[in-house]
Amino acid sequence: MADQPKLFKVTIDNITIEVEAGTSILNAARMIGGDVAPPAMCYYSKLKGSGGKCRTCLVEVAAGSTADPRPMPKLVASCRTNVMDGMVVKNITSERVQDARKGVVELLLINHPLDCPICDQAGECHLQDLSYEHGAEGTRYEFPRRQFEKHNLGPYIQLHMTRCILCYRCVFTADQLTNKRVHGVLDRGDHAEIATYIEKALDNDFIGNVIDVCPVGALTDKTFRFKNRVWFLKPEDAHCSCSKCSGKVTLWRRGDEVFRVTGRKDQWGEVQDWICNECRFEKKKTSDWVIEGPTKVSRHSVISANHYVDTVKPHEALPEVMGGRNPRLLMDIHSISEVNKPEIDLSKIQGPAHSNDFKKSEKPKGQ
Amino acid sequence: MGKKLLLEKAHVPGIRNYDVYRREGGYRAVEKALKTMSPDQVTEEVKKSGLRGRGGAGFPAGMKWSFLAKPEGVPRYLVCNADESEPGTFKDRYLMEFIPHLLVEGLIVASYALGSNRTFIYIRGEYAWIVDILEQAIAEAKNNGWLGKNILGSGFDCEIYVQRGAGAYICGEETALIESLEGKRGNPRIKPPFPAVKGLWDCPTVVNNVETIAAVVPIMNITGEEYAKIGVGKSTGTKLISACGNINKPGVYEIDMTISVEEFIYSEEYCGGIAQGKRLKACIPGGSSVPILPANLLLKTAKGENRMMNYESLSDGGFATGTMMGSGGFIVLDEDQCVVRHTLTLARFYRHESCGQCSPCREGTGWMEKILKNIEYGKGKKSDIDLLWDIQRKIEGNTICPLGDAAAWPVAAAIRHFRDEFEWHVQYPNAAQNRNYGLAHYADPLPVVAAPKA
Repeated sequence: MADQPKLFKVTIDNITIEVEAGTSILNAARMIGGDVAPPAMCYYSKLKGSGGKCRTCLVEVAAGSTADPRPMPKLVASCRTNVMDGMVVKNITSERVQDARKGVVELLLINHPLDCPICDQAGECHLQDLSYEHGAEGTRYEFPRRQFEKHNLGPYIQLHMTRCILCYRCVFTADQLTNKRVHGVLDRGDHAEIATYIEKALDNDFIGNVIDVCPVGALTDKTFRFKNRVWFLKPEDAHCSCSKCSGKVTLWRRGDEVFRVTGRKDQWGEVQDWICNECRFEKKKTSDWVIEGPTKVSRHSVISANHYVDTVKPHEALPEVMGGRNPRLLMDIHSISEVNKPEIDLSKIQGPAHSNDFKKSEKPKGQ
Repeated sequence: MGKKLLLEKAHVPGIRNYDVYRREGGYRAVEKALKTMSPDQVTEEVKKSGLRGRGGAGFPAGMKWSFLAKPEGVPRYLVCNADESEPGTFKDRYLMEFIPHLLVEGLIVASYALGSNRTFIYIRGEYAWIVDILEQAIAEAKNNGWLGKNILGSGFDCEIYVQRGAGAYICGEETALIESLEGKRGNPRIKPPFPAVKGLWDCPTVVNNVETIAAVVPIMNITGEEYAKIGVGKSTGTKLISACGNINKPGVYEIDMTISVEEFIYSEEYCGGIAQGKRLKACIPGGSSVPILPANLLLKTAKGENRMMNYESLSDGGFATGTMMGSGGFIVLDEDQCVVRHTLTLARFYRHESCGQCSPCREGTGWMEKILKNIEYGKGKKSDIDLLWDIQRKIEGNTICPLGDAAAWPVAAAIRHFRDEFEWHVQYPNAAQNRNYGLAHYADPLPVVAAPKA
């Protein structure tokens, strides 16, 4: 059995798993899955050298290994620390980790513009998820948030530096997918920024992938900009024959219209195959694609909450608790409001309600 | 008069030139090492000496050398860290300016011990004129056969190169220094792997401070055992202290770590007391990033003993009542100094010097600076002090490199020991604009049993 790789036994949050030597704690935790897997904002399994920077994946090592069972004094970045045989790791069972993670999330958010309502990433933003799970409701930061000069990265990619958390993923992507990186991190400290130094468009065939790897809305698809919210779109797996890439993508459609094309993402939000710019930005017709079927979206995702048609009306609980009486109506909003007419069944409207939907019912246009 | 090993000859006229240095007994250490000892014996000698890294962390140098991986066919490198940018520290500058050959000599011996054929001095960009001094010294050494191929017929080749940094504090962190030396952005690497295994161009590398390397020369000359006899306990040998602040005689002093802090500040041989007859309020004994101590805790430990100028005594009591030896940047504050303002200055420095790679340090340092600015300029709130404490706690230990800790410690220590001064700033914002808090009780004798006991 000499060929068999060496297996290390590692215990994460009291769950023991055997993994190959050289596996990182984060990947071992991902094998267990569920809540045990620490969040990762900068680590990307497909990008060599990534990780270690965001500090959200910090875990406590309660015992280094069987040979040396001393605990590690500091919390370690699980994405860049390899497991040892007999290692005992505490993630969600450690208060210290939870506290530190909360601190990291707070620090990541102090200069984040929190412009989710107008951010194209909202709904599939890792920072959003992270702050829902680990952040505090309020902020203690009372100062103006950081701002940057705007840089134009060309016709396809939109850069919002204020949202950036400097995960360096896009830098690694450009390094590893393209033969010439034209953007990078300029300056240092809290004024470090992603830029091209000399205003230059990112125009490599595979540079569009920086949009997929960006955990926040710092790099978004210009061809999709402000076109729609992701949760109104229906993701479907599709493919095409492409000479440059695998052609396996996720189509984001509403009705028959293709709004955007992205790589297929796995359960950790990482793309499975890199796709080329042509597939991503140019093929915006359903006829360009062979649709395989709906993409599996986690039921916790806001994207899978996309059931606006024929939803069940909310259960009226007030008459029950009030012994059958209805609550006294102080003001009927519908007598004032121009929109939001009660005779319109919102669940019958495809997608978000628009003022046109209400106007139509008021004055149906004669055909 | 304390024993001097490094600066003994520093003021001999013309010592900067090879002829004088050689006449004064220079390059004996190279002769001894290369002619009579094997590289391992040199390492063993340094181990015996108990020499601790003089850059700040105080890790035993011999141990560091022995950790160096030695795979076949892979070059090894020695890098001398001359990126001395810690506020309050200027000992390496003094050493390199006055007696550059001491560093060159130490580098040759250390390169021999480690098997480094190409050795680098990474020097702070602001020390532009010292580059010329060093390059002249290296050229002289080379002309006289101490560098180049087959030195002294031992078969050992060595070249020393001087590389200027571009003025970033972070490049004094050893892995950031290596990145910078490779021509990349000076971001610290994530450890492991440690430089001893994968350092410069992924080859095993040792990074040592200027003073550490220089100390190898007297170790060779007087043997490691003799060196270990100087000093006390694990603080062996002599240490350069760069004293500055409100003292009568600021400058670089070589001490043998057996004197007390009080003696160091007040004796005529060293700092010569507080300037203008004022009283001592606080002191940072090891460069800007080590915790600040009020006068009473500085002179006496919590146990009531005299605090000595060595690694153990300065860190006695942990961070609760102690501090660290650090790099030896001894900053003295008199009664007219404001600790809040001082902390703000340091926070501004660390905000400016954070590399921005990992989030707690990038975001936290700026936040701390802004809060401290508010407090200093009379716009602070009581809750800000607790907030500061919380932020520093969230940064410390959670970052890639020690810069996060270095930014957090001064703030933590200032709040720990000078909380009432912060509160006074908040409570009397107008008064705080016009006058200082003064000495208050910071020099009062400590209660006899100050050790925290339940």
